[in-house]
Amino acid sequence: MTDTPRTIEISPVTRVEGHGKVTIHLDKHGQVDDARLHIVEFRGFERFIQGRLLWEVPVIVQRLCGICPVSHHLAAAKAMDVICGVDELPPTAEKMRRLMHYGQVMQSHVLHFFHLAAPDLLFGFDAPAAQRNIFEVLRQKPELGRRAILMRKFGQDIIEATAGKKIHGTAAIPGGINHNLPIATRDTFLKTVTEMRDWAQEALALARDYTLSHAELVGGFAAFPSNYMALVREGDGALDLYHGNLRMIDADGAAIFDQLPYDQYHTKLVEDVRAWSYMKFPFIKDIGAADGWYRVGPLARMNTVSLIDTPLANAARAELLATAEGAKMHPILANHWARMIEVVHCVEKIEELLHDPDLQGNDLRATGDRREEGIGVIEAPRGNLIHHYKVDENDQVTFCNLIVSTTHNNEAMNRSVRDVAVKQLSGQPEITEGMLNQVEVAIRAYDPCLSCATHALGQMPLEVTLLDADDRTLDKKARAQ
Amino acid sequence: MIRLIGYGNPGRGDDGLGPALAGRLADATGLAVTTEYQLTVDHALLIADATKVIFADALLRAVAPFEFTPITPSTSHDVTSHSLSPEAVLALCKTLYGRAPEAFVLGIAGHAFGEVSEGLSPQARTNLSLAEAFLRDWLAGKQPSPPIGGLAHA
Repeated sequence: MTDTPRTIEISPVTRVEGHGKVTIHLDKHGQVDDARLHIVEFRGFERFIQGRLLWEVPVIVQRLCGICPVSHHLAAAKAMDVICGVDELPPTAEKMRRLMHYGQVMQSHVLHFFHLAAPDLLFGFDAPAAQRNIFEVLRQKPELGRRAILMRKFGQDIIEATAGKKIHGTAAIPGGINHNLPIATRDTFLKTVTEMRDWAQEALALARDYTLSHAELVGGFAAFPSNYMALVREGDGALDLYHGNLRMIDADGAAIFDQLPYDQYHTKLVEDVRAWSYMKFPFIKDIGAADGWYRVGPLARMNTVSLIDTPLANAARAELLATAEGAKMHPILANHWARMIEVVHCVEKIEELLHDPDLQGNDLRATGDRREEGIGVIEAPRGNLIHHYKVDENDQVTFCNLIVSTTHNNEAMNRSVRDVAVKQLSGQPEITEGMLNQVEVAIRAYDPCLSCATHALGQMPLEVTLLDADDRTLDKKARAQ
Repeated sequence: MIRLIGYGNPGRGDDGLGPALAGRLADATGLAVTTEYQLTVDHALLIADATKVIFADALLRAVAPFEFTPITPSTSHDVTSHSLSPEAVLALCKTLYGRAPEAFVLGIAGHAFGEVSEGLSPQARTNLSLAEAFLRDWLAGKQPSPPIGGLAHA
């Protein structure tokens, strides 16, 4: 192998949300020595929120992200429920929030699968960059594109009906919700929900068939084992995206901790800081940073939960895990299949809720004795999301800690980048755009939101740099933002 | 039907100019108004039945208080995240629904971006009022549409 320095930089790595940088270090023989995902922008939302009144927090935190504002809205509202002394919401309030959440997860997963992942899956990782984009997908599969947009619209309309607005909703308030679901609105959704369920199953079949027909690729692409964490329902350990207790399993499925009330998260998880990234590295305290890292998100949820309480999604999960032959499903590309199982689950839950008369109830809010501290946790589209606040006697926030899904996945994303970089780039005489895209594919499979992860606002690019043994940049490719 | 999409992040200072304009014109006759954080694929459907669409956004490094520019469908803008450019939304609309409405970008000059803060800067508020006045005149037929490649500004 040549010892002549070569430099490659991609700016930005596309189809992720947020600003980061990947550096790939080559030794003098052209072998990948190390690869890292750096998060290079920091805006300090946790400081910004200090001094805000607890009542406004569930609305303000949505400014963290244009992609998953509902997740932050609900996690913050759950934390503020606790601070307001409310441990159990009226059924109407909880079910309205759940409906909002299922709408959010559905539309987010649909956007990721059809808009961001489909170009790689349909055309291949090595396809020309000019072809590997949403426009080409829609040119070749316009009906698929139209359906995807209508599915996303359905989820967005659910959000608008439950949150009050498509973005920056105000419905979830400390202790409850500020409105119920009118019958006319419910009936509008009931007219299309069956079609949505059918389309969701077709999308699921697409993701499943891709995974099964590319078994060798999927099984060799960042397919390493890990620990997994998710919320599970109290008692039976079922998938519950809105509420439950924490379960952490190891790569073989054995419980590391189980049914842990989420307000105890800090007894099990700690966050490591590294000089080269603003994104923290959480790990399991009792195991340590080296082996205590873990993954969250759709695939982690499929691995971690005991069952899914909707029949179509439960059967689909069983099929997914069966391909792992009794073990847990580790390949990162199986996230797409898991994501579509969750779309089916969300549509099933939406349909179930639309038939529930509690959505038209008028008992919207509970009250209780004020507390100084509250923790709210949900399973956001990208994985577990923790909001932790303390407030003073003037109802002003004095402390805020957020652990977002992408932060939970930080170590795993770094390992995925390294895995793919070593396999694709080591010893290659020429580094092609297609090879570098595979590094992006590994990151993209987590559907990361790097803006959330650094608690920054807005959208920013991610860039990839290839460095030689002396840390000299070797080559450069740039895309306009 | 003419549709106005005011987009941007009101939590990042003057980036909220687009939503602010949408708020001011929410009740304008004959105008369907939408406020968004960013443009995504589903906006192709939203504009599919419009005769005209105006994308209102904050403008960086502007030389005038606002710029009103006709745009056409284009796929040359890279899709780097979940969000799209107005030209890309038009292209998606044309691909999926066979037509794209006549479209304009109304860029309003902002001066304070990047910080986590709500509210517009004094200069941005002035620019917003100028842009609002222009758009109301344009909607009333008192201002001509600039040609493709041209622009109107304060």
